[in-house]
Amino acid sequence: MTIANTPQTWDEFMEGVWKQNPTFVMILGMCPTLAVTVSAVNAISMGISTALVLIASCGLVSMMRNVTPKEVRIAVYIVIIATFVTAVDYAIQAISLALYDALGAFIQLIVVNCIILGRAEAHAAKNPPMPAMINAAGMGAGFTIGLLSLGVVREILGAGTLFGIGLFGAGFQPWVIMVLPPGGFFVLGAWLLFFAWLERRKLRKAIPLAEAAQHV
Amino acid sequence: MSESAFQIFVNALLANNFVLAMFLGLCPFLGVSGKLDTAFPMGVATTFVMLVASLCAYGLNLLLSAFHLEFLRLISYIVIIASSVQLVEMVLKKYSPALFRALGIYLPLITTNCAVLGVALFQTAREYDFVQSMVFSFGGGAGFTLALVLMASVRERLTLSNVPDLAQGTALSLMLAGILSLSFMGFAGLGG
Repeated sequence: MTIANTPQTWDEFMEGVWKQNPTFVMILGMCPTLAVTVSAVNAISMGISTALVLIASCGLVSMMRNVTPKEVRIAVYIVIIATFVTAVDYAIQAISLALYDALGAFIQLIVVNCIILGRAEAHAAKNPPMPAMINAAGMGAGFTIGLLSLGVVREILGAGTLFGIGLFGAGFQPWVIMVLPPGGFFVLGAWLLFFAWLERRKLRKAIPLAEAAQHV
Repeated sequence: MSESAFQIFVNALLANNFVLAMFLGLCPFLGVSGKLDTAFPMGVATTFVMLVASLCAYGLNLLLSAFHLEFLRLISYIVIIASSVQLVEMVLKKYSPALFRALGIYLPLITTNCAVLGVALFQTAREYDFVQSMVFSFGGGAGFTLALVLMASVRERLTLSNVPDLAQGTALSLMLAGILSLSFMGFAGLGG
């Protein structure tokens, strides 16, 4: 079984975290990414809730893959996802009402997060439960990292705090625009630019190295 | 609720634009806004689905509240939306096959457009009555179409201009969306 084969399991997990990162590489699930990342705490809670729904629904979809008729599979997936989202929605309401109010309708909107339906259709429907759940966990982790990197930047610049703790002195003038809607677009755009630049630099470095190796 | 229908409409259309201020429906916003020819029909189709979904969700919510089955709300809303998308698809296929082909894959994807589910959820959360719900969903749909058309027009112009390679693609679209969103913030407070 795959579980005994550690490197492969690890690869499966890391694929979602890095190579196929849902936020920065596949640009999926943009609505919650931009809407709830006004602070790091919101970003983490949203990421974890989405990851939980993702793992649970991918597991169930995968277990039911042999009994699901092909014609109605999307409807089946949607109902499965909606069930888990309802559970998470009520759980968050029970754990922290303040958090529930901060995330608002976006918890229920996890249902229409394209990452989950995409994973169910592209991976879980074709693989046994264990690899499907590992893949889902990787995607969930990648999504959480994506949200967190936006949330941290927006909270530091927009409010001068991180996880609610003040970073700068009283003289700090917050960039209010960063916690307003346009800030979300700008920060995500800036991250994408940064990753494009990183990719470019890696390519440029690899070429001279290869040339140098030839000379030696 | 003391909001007048007109206030709700203006709010949903401009001040709280679904795409640019509330971040709903970003996937089609970034995906279909490349060409004006597809952006407008897509906006109209989405608006229509929103109206149908809002109407059904209103009725369904009355039923669920009557039987105290609120926990089934999310599941039943999403099923309703999926069926109304199917309905729009069949109607379009019969009466306008050309448009049906042009929209292609994006039509079924309206199901996972969070703007549609967002309308249903927000009208429930804000306890809008029947007229308010319909006006809200129409305003939201019109706002979505407006944002899509604006974005598509700007992007069509941009294909002719000289942009640094590094910023090509999604990064550029996001920066554009940010500027559009910034200008829409000027409407804040318009709806009172």
